[in-house]
Amino acid sequence: MEKILVGLKRVVDYNVRVQVKSDGSGVDTDGVKMSINPFDEIALEEALRIRESGAASEVIVVSIGSSDAQQQLRTGLAMGADRAILVESGTSVDSLTVARIFKALVDRENAELVILGKQAIDDDNSQTGQMLAAIWGRPQATFASEVVLDGDTARVTREVDSGLETIDIDLPAVITVDLRLNEPRYVKLPDIMKAKKKPLEQIALSDLSVEAAPEIKTTAYEPPAGRQRGIMVEDVAGLIAALKDKGLV
Amino acid sequence: MTKILVIAEHNEEALNPSTAKCVACAASIDGAEIDIAVLAASAASVAAEAAQISSVGRVVTVERAENDAGLAAILAPQIAAMASDYSHLFGPSTAFGKDLMPRVAALLGVNQISDIMSIEGSHRFKRPIYAGNAIVTVEAPAESIVVATVRTASYQAAESGNAAPIESATVDVEVPTHTRFVELQTGKSDRPDLQAAAKVVSGGRALGSEENFELIFKLADKLGAAIGSSRAAVDAGYVPPETQVGQTGQIIAPDLYIAIGISGAIQHITGIKDAGTIVAINKDEEAPIFEVSDIGLVGDLFSIVPELTEALG
Ligand SMILES: Cc1cc2nc3c(=O)[nH]c(=O)nc-3n(C[C@H](O)[C@H](O)[C@H](O)COP(=O)(O)OP(=O)(O)OC[C@H]3O[C@@H](n4cnc5c(N)ncnc54)[C@H](O)[C@@H]3O)c2cc1C
Ligand SMILES: Nc1ncnc2c1ncn2[C@@H]1O[C@H](COP(=O)(O)O)[C@@H](O)[C@H]1O
Repeated sequence: MEKILVGLKRVVDYNVRVQVKSDGSGVDTDGVKMSINPFDEIALEEALRIRESGAASEVIVVSIGSSDAQQQLRTGLAMGADRAILVESGTSVDSLTVARIFKALVDRENAELVILGKQAIDDDNSQTGQMLAAIWGRPQATFASEVVLDGDTARVTREVDSGLETIDIDLPAVITVDLRLNEPRYVKLPDIMKAKKKPLEQIALSDLSVEAAPEIKTTAYEPPAGRQRGIMVEDVAGLIAALKDKGLV
Repeated sequence: MTKILVIAEHNEEALNPSTAKCVACAASIDGAEIDIAVLAASAASVAAEAAQISSVGRVVTVERAENDAGLAAILAPQIAAMASDYSHLFGPSTAFGKDLMPRVAALLGVNQISDIMSIEGSHRFKRPIYAGNAIVTVEAPAESIVVATVRTASYQAAESGNAAPIESATVDVEVPTHTRFVELQTGKSDRPDLQAAAKVVSGGRALGSEENFELIFKLADKLGAAIGSSRAAVDAGYVPPETQVGQTGQIIAPDLYIAIGISGAIQHITGIKDAGTIVAINKDEEAPIFEVSDIGLVGDLFSIVPELTEALG
């Protein structure tokens, strides 16, 4: 196949404990560390391995968001992507619109495979890949923990609640990846230098003529109901007594 | 008028408990009329179970050979075709629902709401973001259909005792052949199911090996508990992936959760926030798991767990 598209969303780093602003107007993201969504690094790693195996010739990383997402795209280029596309939007873009943007890019690039994360760890939506597959009218293999390409088809193992499900899909298709698919490579310093010379195209969202989806408004933010720290017991006898007390054993 | 279609999750033989939890969520919308859709190759036994769930007005079966594996690409166009009679489509936020509902939403040209944890009105819902570190209220446009998944850990299954009518429907849409089921490998065990279990014993990286996990199994068997794990334990190959609890594993709400040799990363905690009682056993008294546990015991699991199992005798 010619081209694989990979989504790289810029999100608050997974180590940051995000807090709701005291006035409830949003979450505090000022000055916090931003990273590539962890699942998207795995998606990119998989795409790079497919290209390295000879089954694809080009890997294009795509981010939709503010111009700051150039950072994450540069990291993706340093990991080994061939080029990058930033679809710039001042405001955050909902999942269906993101899916429509990917569809527009699929058409423009003639891509045969799109690999995304199974979820973005900011909104925890887990829906973009499925939506893209729907509007493209193509297969979706979500929560993938193993991908084996075979010509025009792929055999994908999926992590589901009862175990591991295997499906066969025809290409073109959308795959969303789970954590155990692979271990993303580290970026080396010379790669960072090389990445600076790779193409990063910026497109304004308005230039893509993508229809915006009906909007779901977020009207309030609040911290979660906290759990209270309970008691500490000294030994097994104390533990059993405490469990008996609650009628649990 | 609020008319909600709940999409049943099942394995052709039995209804998954997530369905009755979706019904409970739907029933908390004032004046909601609730139907359940059973899409299956043969729907009879699942439909009979679904008809018993209270607050359900009608069970609609759609039988078709291609429906046997519950593939999203095949089910979604059929559900989209049924949607015009409804104001809301609900599915569970299990792997099944997460795979399916966004595909349905996109076919209908709407966004999807993930993980409803509380109903604030027919079009207002609360849901968690950032691994549960923030709760947002979201409002869906009144003029378009609401497609959503229900965070099953937030709801008790609706009672049974109903006898709703079962009607079979034919949905005249073409389904694709581009997606084909091959197999499902389940870690067959006689232990309770992680989602449904009242008690869960969970082990982390500290177990150190697959063999040592035997300690967790023995304790779980004493308690009649299901097995859970941290991502670190799964990644190390001690236990299969379907045991993972957390942001990217299963979100559960047992009465008792015992975390053994698990540090308590936010991604893990988010999976157990709704547990009744959390017990933590960890040798590090500073471990974050103690901040959310009801009962904590500091010490070496390799001596504590056998002693506990023994003492429960
Ligand atoms: C995007 C993303 C998603 C993730 N999703 C999940 C998820 O869904 N679920 C999940 O669990 N994790 C998830 N993680 C991983 C998470 O961040 C942690 O790395 C993981 O939970 C750690 O597992 P652990 O507690 O078993 O291991 P560790 O953090 O290594 O903790 C081991 C604990 O065992 C204790 N210990 C060691 N020896 C003993 C002993 N002999 N006796 C008693 N105690 C002992 C130690 O004090 C320590 O607290 C995710 C991470 C990312 C980036
Ligand atoms: N703004 C974005 N830019 C690039 N990729 C995105 C964006 N939003 C979502 N994605 C991709 O879609 C996946 C699932 O996101 P979500 O459906 O929001 O949980 C992510 O892991 C990304 O691969």
